[in-house]
Amino acid sequence: MNDPVIRVSGIRKAYGPVVAVDEVSFEVRRGEIFGLVGPNGAGKTTTMECLEGLRSPDRGHVSVLGLDPFRAGTALKIKIGVQLQEAQLQKRLKVGEAVRFWASIYPSTLDPEALLEQLGLREKRNAWFMTLSGGQKQRLFIALALINDPEVVFLDELTTGLDPQARRAIWDLVRGIRERGKTVVLTTHLMEEAERLCDRVAIIEHGRVIDVDTPRGLVARHCPDRMVVVATADASARERFLVLPGVDAVDADGTSMTIRGRNPALVTDVIQCVSRHGMAVTDFHTTVPTLEDVFLRLTGHSIRD
Amino acid sequence: MKGLWQLTWLEIKIFAREPLGLFGTIAIPVVVFLGLGRLMRGAAGSPGAPEAMFLKTGLPVLAAILMSISAVVSLVTIIAIYREGGILKRLRATPLHPATILTAHVLVKLLFTALTLALLLAVGRRFYAPDSAATLVRFAAALLFSTAGVLSIGFLIASVVPTARFAQPLAGFIFYPMMALSGLFFPIALLPPWLRVASRVMPMTYAVSLLQGVWRGEPLSFHLWDIAVIALFAALFTALASRFFKWD
Repeated sequence: MNDPVIRVSGIRKAYGPVVAVDEVSFEVRRGEIFGLVGPNGAGKTTTMECLEGLRSPDRGHVSVLGLDPFRAGTALKIKIGVQLQEAQLQKRLKVGEAVRFWASIYPSTLDPEALLEQLGLREKRNAWFMTLSGGQKQRLFIALALINDPEVVFLDELTTGLDPQARRAIWDLVRGIRERGKTVVLTTHLMEEAERLCDRVAIIEHGRVIDVDTPRGLVARHCPDRMVVVATADASARERFLVLPGVDAVDADGTSMTIRGRNPALVTDVIQCVSRHGMAVTDFHTTVPTLEDVFLRLTGHSIRD
Repeated sequence: MKGLWQLTWLEIKIFAREPLGLFGTIAIPVVVFLGLGRLMRGAAGSPGAPEAMFLKTGLPVLAAILMSISAVVSLVTIIAIYREGGILKRLRATPLHPATILTAHVLVKLLFTALTLALLLAVGRRFYAPDSAATLVRFAAALLFSTAGVLSIGFLIASVVPTARFAQPLAGFIFYPMMALSGLFFPIALLPPWLRVASRVMPMTYAVSLLQGVWRGEPLSFHLWDIAVIALFAALFTALASRFFKWD
């Protein structure tokens, strides 16, 4: 199950003087959801388009299902499914026509009607593309990406511009693709999306891959700090927390203490300390670092900047 | 060419759904033709008058050339819109061959050109009478051939226009002067020498010569030179377009 279906080694792509992708390498394993994560303009889409065979890298090597995407042409295109960033279809093309046409150009396909049903587009069969909502358009593009029952599915900025509810619905669909044994490669600039959806992520910035791992692994490696916030009026609390093993700092803000440390048992230690000394606590919560914090740590700035 | 017929049929349906598409392509040439025909017939006193001559051969050829130009302007605009919207790129990520995508659009344009011509001939019967049914068939063939040739220039324009907003004015800017110098309105021999040269290097000039000759009842073999030059231009522009065509 863990054999790589995609191998990218040292690819570089420049548009004139602008280097969009620089020495990017990673592998994608069969059956996983792999995310290329980074801010807009980081080189995610260019990398993706090299995998889809729409662009040829200036240097380096790409292999998808054992084929060179740019040269393999149809041999690979029938085995992959593609959803492009901000793609459109003909305004007055009907949903049903689109799916049936797509089905007609692949050698083997899923049943178009069943696919529309599964993606909740059955009632929209006769609607023109231009009349669809953002979420419906994205579901149609997912349908088109899945019509040939591909082994690898590429999804570029799938949920950009969707409201949170539509976004969650799309996430469920993507998980469904993985459950059918397919490999999914997606790009996103939403850390929450990467964290909730991806099995592994590559963090990309300025055309370079900074690190690749599971979201959890990245957090453990780059942001091992734990944080516990305790609100207590107990005057001795700060001193008592400071002497706990592995505590780096305790910041007091009025009655609220923020305890930081790298000790994995920090939370347990704080709870036991509170209980041992019978402190009156009015609030208690922990803050677990996220990919957002990892990105901040690795790049020195927030992904939204 | 797998998918060519399906895509062509799809594009025909989509074009027919455009509110102004059918009207612009089919109705306008017919209306202009009928209007001019009525005007000219009123003005033409004797069979030898210039108006009568224009009515006899000029008007059908003018209408044919207008159809050709409208097809190419429409093609350039559609390609630009498809590129801007990422539709071309999305289609290219499928097993469809790129040439299939473009060929489908050419077929759609030729089909609508043929339809317009048929309509024009049907409603225009009372203004002129071509010599024979064979002339009509040859004229239709000559028009489709010329249009296909002119569409190749359209692809070259479509290769370089950045956005749909520029596509239509640029295509018009290129084709209307070509039409003016094509010998349709006044003989090329009357042009100053440098414009005569310009006229000679424009494919439209040969299309006009071909269409006029065929309409007068000449066999196609009289116009092998025109046909060869149009084919040569088409090959050249197609080659250039395939070299410079951008999908996104």
